[in-house]
Amino acid sequence: MKLRLTFTVNGEPAEALVDPDKTLLEVLREDLQLTGTKHGCELGECGACAVLVDGQPLLSCLVVSHECQGRSVVTVEGLTVDGRLHPLQECFADLGASQCGYCTPGILIAAKALLDREPHPTRDLIREALSGNLCRCTGYQQILDAVEAAIVRPGHASARDGRGGQS
Amino acid sequence: MSRRVIGTPRRRVDGRAKVTGQTRFADDIILPRMAHCKLLRSTVPHAKIVHVDTSKAAAVDGVHLVLTGHSFPIAYGILPVSHDEHALCRDVVRFVGDPVAAVVARDEATAERAVRLIDVEYEVLRTISSPADSLAYPEPRIHDYGDFGNVHKAVALQFGDVDAAIAGADHVFDDVFFFEGNTHLPIEQHATVATKDPDGKLVVYSSTQTPHYLHRALAKALEMPAAHIRVVATPNGGGFGGKSDPFNHEVVVAHAAMRLDRPVKIALTREEVFYCHRGRHPVLMRFRTGVSKDGTITGLDLQTLLDGGAYGSYGVASTFYTGALQTVTYDIPTYRFRGCRTFTNKPPCGPKRGHGTPQSRFGQEVQLDKIAEKLDVDPAQLRLGIVQPPDSLTANFLRVGTIGLADCIKKVVDRSGWRDKFRKLPSGRGVGLACSSYLSGAGLPINWNDLPHSGVQLKLDRSGGVTVFCGATEIGQGSDDVLVAIVAEVLGIEPFDVRAVTGDTDLTPVDLGSYSSRVTLMMGNAAIQAAERARELIAAAVSARLDIPKDRLVFADRRVFDSADPDRGTSFREAVCMAEAKFGTLGTTGSYTPPRSPAKFKGGGVGPSPTYSYTACVVEVDVDLETGWITVPRVWIAHDIGCALNPVLVRGQVEGGVYMGLGEALMEEQVFRRLPPKLSHALVHKFPSMLEYKSPTFLDMPEVFTDLIEHPDPAGPFGAKEVGQGPLLPVMPAVANAVYDAVGVRVDSIPVTPEKILRALAAKAAGKSARSGPASFPDVPWPETLLVTPPWAGGDGRAANDPKRPSHRKVDAGIEAKAAGMDKGTGA
Repeated sequence: MKLRLTFTVNGEPAEALVDPDKTLLEVLREDLQLTGTKHGCELGECGACAVLVDGQPLLSCLVVSHECQGRSVVTVEGLTVDGRLHPLQECFADLGASQCGYCTPGILIAAKALLDREPHPTRDLIREALSGNLCRCTGYQQILDAVEAAIVRPGHASARDGRGGQS
Repeated sequence: MSRRVIGTPRRRVDGRAKVTGQTRFADDIILPRMAHCKLLRSTVPHAKIVHVDTSKAAAVDGVHLVLTGHSFPIAYGILPVSHDEHALCRDVVRFVGDPVAAVVARDEATAERAVRLIDVEYEVLRTISSPADSLAYPEPRIHDYGDFGNVHKAVALQFGDVDAAIAGADHVFDDVFFFEGNTHLPIEQHATVATKDPDGKLVVYSSTQTPHYLHRALAKALEMPAAHIRVVATPNGGGFGGKSDPFNHEVVVAHAAMRLDRPVKIALTREEVFYCHRGRHPVLMRFRTGVSKDGTITGLDLQTLLDGGAYGSYGVASTFYTGALQTVTYDIPTYRFRGCRTFTNKPPCGPKRGHGTPQSRFGQEVQLDKIAEKLDVDPAQLRLGIVQPPDSLTANFLRVGTIGLADCIKKVVDRSGWRDKFRKLPSGRGVGLACSSYLSGAGLPINWNDLPHSGVQLKLDRSGGVTVFCGATEIGQGSDDVLVAIVAEVLGIEPFDVRAVTGDTDLTPVDLGSYSSRVTLMMGNAAIQAAERARELIAAAVSARLDIPKDRLVFADRRVFDSADPDRGTSFREAVCMAEAKFGTLGTTGSYTPPRSPAKFKGGGVGPSPTYSYTACVVEVDVDLETGWITVPRVWIAHDIGCALNPVLVRGQVEGGVYMGLGEALMEEQVFRRLPPKLSHALVHKFPSMLEYKSPTFLDMPEVFTDLIEHPDPAGPFGAKEVGQGPLLPVMPAVANAVYDAVGVRVDSIPVTPEKILRALAAKAAGKSARSGPASFPDVPWPETLLVTPPWAGGDGRAANDPKRPSHRKVDAGIEAKAAGMDKGTGA
């Protein structure tokens, strides 16, 4: 018996007919084909699947999808506004915070949740906020640098992306 | 002409895709009519398969196909000498996790449900749980091949009279070390999608570091012409060596897609990734080293014993790698290496970042710390006195070109304040130093042939667009960025003007894959050649059209112009049009093949490289004397990179290497639970989950101070050497040496844990040896040692007693006598 799930995803209304035991992660990736959200364990251990639910960072592999009825979900696909990257995205791309990129969506979400709550966090606070997200490539330093850089970066970055390869 | 792209810190070309979630990993591929596959894995470590009953699974609604080993009669494997894997086990299972059957169904849940309904009847065999077991029990054999019993490979090589050299030394150091196994833990779990093209050919998208080798394995295992198989390596969500073998799940879904004529996907669970493994071999090792009063090494006698797990994988190469690179860092005039890899009933070990070299690097660097203490010399000073000279040939015939190791050592000593800290910090705090080197690509291919190791094609047309094609695989290291940056630099355009097509066996020329730190150097050199050939065509056309001498033409700022009069010239796009008009459709190629190695002895194929990178590292630790808890507040590291093509990426590789090294040094262990053999045959992974397999988090990572030593190496593109693996290597011994400086106990085994420190502290307090580590190295029935005269003694790179040696058969008296004489002459 499938359930009708109606909620908001990245600011747009979304609807899916899903098995009751399906996780939010599965609905996002399989039913809505929003594959930007990743999975690394499906047990809540790695942080790769983090999304915002009503502004709170949650591990979508541990959220039963029908709990999101009527709620608002933001995934990595929802971070760009009017085709422009979020300052976190700009800084991650510029400063080497994303190597293989697989943990990146989850870390961006966790970092956005932090900056939404605390616009000027210390490095230790950033460490704490991101400590549920594993990254095997970077050694974390360039991620910390990128979050710090995003704190002081104006809301909309210059269009480094694309034209002229000046970045 | 100064460089515009190379050497400038830049956003990588695929940076935007990664931060927007648009990088398409294998499991992100969703195709119409796609079915899903699940594997049934063995629940016992070693058993004969008596019977597999798939009838209940096949009857489940929604199941399309159930497969067993009967469908896969042909063995494959990564090394030609160990094709010992079947996609599904046929007669025997060799570890808990070995795949026995597969179900393909309309969705994952159905496949999962059906796979549980498969009944397997096993006849249990003795569990071989360790190298000690392997040596003690030649029967039952885990494989019916290998050197003998459950020994997969045993090798013995000698370069000069090492026994005399050690006997004649002022000091002899004899130490036994152990390095526990650990795994890659890429955040992306392996995934593969196979489909039949509309024209009937096979297409496989997979998270593989080595599409070329997967291509070969699929052709063999499925008995299909390679030309009718297309392998696309999707960007890997981390590799670290763990996606370098052809995997059973890849073969299974390829077979299923062809049979069902529909796309089939498999995405492994995290637990299954632990079973795929191919990670760091557990290695027991014994270093016997002769040292003169002045700190120079007279000879090294090294023995290593590797726990290989259940299959060959890269194991023969891994075995040789435990003994290959000691001589590349330090001047060791005489050397004997004996290595033995055994089969055990555990997930197969293979290549993890550093491949076979970190284990013995750990032993060597900790022993050097002990040597320095005994000789009462600073460990940095000791090492500076024995650094292998540049442009030299080592005792085991490895050709060293540029070597920035001394600069690396001096840099970390200065930056860390070493002189004010070493043996001077209060109890509980300490610093340790260690060094290392690594290959910039293996000098020999896995399948020996005379074909290029990397090929690059360039397509340019009247749009001004440039597309570069290469089989190299993006695993996060930034190979696409290196490729594009090099082409952009040579042609004087921006990276954004270049499109890269990579890792696709239909579309791209062969590159052997992302392993052995080979891509920047090999692909880079091929890319330079292809781009320079394109530049030559364009220059010829522009020169003729604009009447400017060719050698005065400059390619920069998206223009081609006269260096004597920069206003005279044309846009890059116009220049390409001129070349297309003059020469017809434009396309160029470049290839790279490493130089031939002077090592001609059996086993000499492992270790040669076009050039070696070097690293030095200082680690600072705080050790709690009550609990043994270790904190690492700071790490200083200097890496001899030759030239940093994109410093942002290079720094990321160095820091990522330090991170992974700290994980290995302090917490990561791929270990198994065993009940007393009398009670049970069980042997299971202790913690196949990310929660319990501990790896460093944001909170564990110290500050890392990175310095790059840039002396361009003539062998590398723009002088670049590798950086993906080298910086990991010195971290583990530096941690162990720092712990000794902090609390005065030696932990001669990795990982360095609070328990081991407390045990050693207790032993010390009881007046026993202040050490935690293995007591002895077992007797291994070594094969006859191949005797190779070192180059400094006139050796020709061959073994004197190689049965295949022409002179051996013909009894070339001259060379034999010379070799024998030289051996005697190396005594001191």
